[in-house]
Amino acid sequence: MLEIRCISKTFNKNTVNEKTALDKLSLTLKDGEFVTVIGGNGAGKSTMLNAVAGVYPVDEGRIAIDGNDVTRLPEHKRARFIGRVFQDPMMGTAASMEIEENLALALRRGQFRGLGWGIKKAERKHYADLLGELELGLEQRLTTRVGLLSGGQRQALTLLMATLKKPKLLLLDEHTAALDPKTAVKVLEITERFIRRDNLTTLMITHNMKDAITHGNRLIMLYEGRIVIDLEGEQKKNLTVEKLLEMFCSISGSDEADDKLLLS
Amino acid sequence: MPLNPVELLGQLPGALSQGLIWGIMAIGVYITFKILNIADLTVDGSLATGGAVCAMMILGGHNVGFSMLCAFLAGLVTGFATGVFHIHFGISAILSGILTQLGLWSVNLAIMGRANISINVNNYRLLVSLRYLQEALKGNRPFYWSPIVVVSVFAVAIIALLYWFFGTELGSSVRATGANIDMARAQGINTDWKKMLGLMLSNGLVALSGALLAQYQGFSDISMGRGAIVIGLAAVIIGEVIFGKIFKNFALRLLGVVFGAIIYFAVIQTVLWMRLEPNYLKLLSAVVVGVFLAFPYWKGKLASFASVRKGGARRA
Repeated sequence: MLEIRCISKTFNKNTVNEKTALDKLSLTLKDGEFVTVIGGNGAGKSTMLNAVAGVYPVDEGRIAIDGNDVTRLPEHKRARFIGRVFQDPMMGTAASMEIEENLALALRRGQFRGLGWGIKKAERKHYADLLGELELGLEQRLTTRVGLLSGGQRQALTLLMATLKKPKLLLLDEHTAALDPKTAVKVLEITERFIRRDNLTTLMITHNMKDAITHGNRLIMLYEGRIVIDLEGEQKKNLTVEKLLEMFCSISGSDEADDKLLLS
Repeated sequence: MPLNPVELLGQLPGALSQGLIWGIMAIGVYITFKILNIADLTVDGSLATGGAVCAMMILGGHNVGFSMLCAFLAGLVTGFATGVFHIHFGISAILSGILTQLGLWSVNLAIMGRANISINVNNYRLLVSLRYLQEALKGNRPFYWSPIVVVSVFAVAIIALLYWFFGTELGSSVRATGANIDMARAQGINTDWKKMLGLMLSNGLVALSGALLAQYQGFSDISMGRGAIVIGLAAVIIGEVIFGKIFKNFALRLLGVVFGAIIYFAVIQTVLWMRLEPNYLKLLSAVVVGVFLAFPYWKGKLASFASVRKGGARRA
């Protein structure tokens, strides 16, 4: 479903702040695979996701989604294939627009937007049903401005928007990191439900090693812009946080693992 | 000499029609400033472009409706120019507007051939004119042909069209671009093209307002747009501050902007009536708009101070 071939990305090239964020990284995701991504600060997790989403072009390499080469496609054109949820709950929704307006924008992801009415009558019922499934009491508040919702509600709404039109690929960039623990659990639970329901191919970055182990069917760890650990199936099931830390230490040749990885 | 209230009353119809004409301009400013979240200074130039194109076309013997349409189209082009500077040259929106505005000075001079072109109402059939207003007030002209009614109809039609447009899929994506550009892109919206569209539409309306203004005052002048952005912002902000609480609907908000422009000109007339030196008008406008623009900032600051005083001590 997703094929990343040898991509590299260096920020601030030829300056003192030069930083190689991705170093010839390759990754292939099969259809329906749910991959959790971990790694320390600056390991290149977000850069990888942003490179796939098209936020910035890569310096070299190739990215294909479902057989379509998207390497040179601008962000808004790649959105046809991709649903995204960001770390910042403010980023995924338009605060000054109503809940139903946000959903209507998401329903038309990847479609031509013409002079037809922005929200059709029949859609509203559909939205209310879907919002009801979130169990956050939003189904009665279709015309509420999103700016009035809590961070958790906004993140759940963004998740709904990202999957409203089934994406070929779902990108979650630490989407629970800015929420309080209880809300984070709730949002993660909704995430899991949506991914299972539609069998979505997913990349989920998380700072929480336990979440990375319990969720998904494959786990990768990034270090200095490369994938250094890639586990699936039984190997992943038998993982513990301790084992993961040990593996990380032997790879990075240091024992700063605690600092770098457990800061969350 | 004592102030004469009757004199002020006599000037209000003029302020009303001017306010309505500038209200259309202010709707254009609303599109960029409030919907797209861009302060577009092109308007100082595009207003005069609209006036210049309309005046020259009328002088050339064209029908007034067609002349105004061409003014609108010329406005679209000015917005396009700013869009190119901003989107394709990567220049900040404010600077892009200033560049276009500067360039338009030469363009407008080229269109008119000189700094001032008069279109005498005696020689041409115009849609609106100060003369018509006076005649209508005296009863020598049916009231529905007074500029107040004609421009009101125009304004309402424009508001209705915009209400429709911003409710469509395309219009919604323009609003989304202004509301949250990251979200818009993530939802597959071509935000560059949407900004361009908004800039064009905005300046088209501003030029249309310039076309009406040139007819109303009977001439088009190279500097007729100087300070237009400030008047536009004043109208938007006055409309928001006074009517924001009651006008929630999008169409009503736009109406509030037009009311804001009318209030602005009524205030200006009143200040002039109080014998303020007309030279100080622009200074006064700048200060008033500055204070109004600061309002939300001050309010936020005040609120945060208040919360610190209330809860800070206990929490600490």
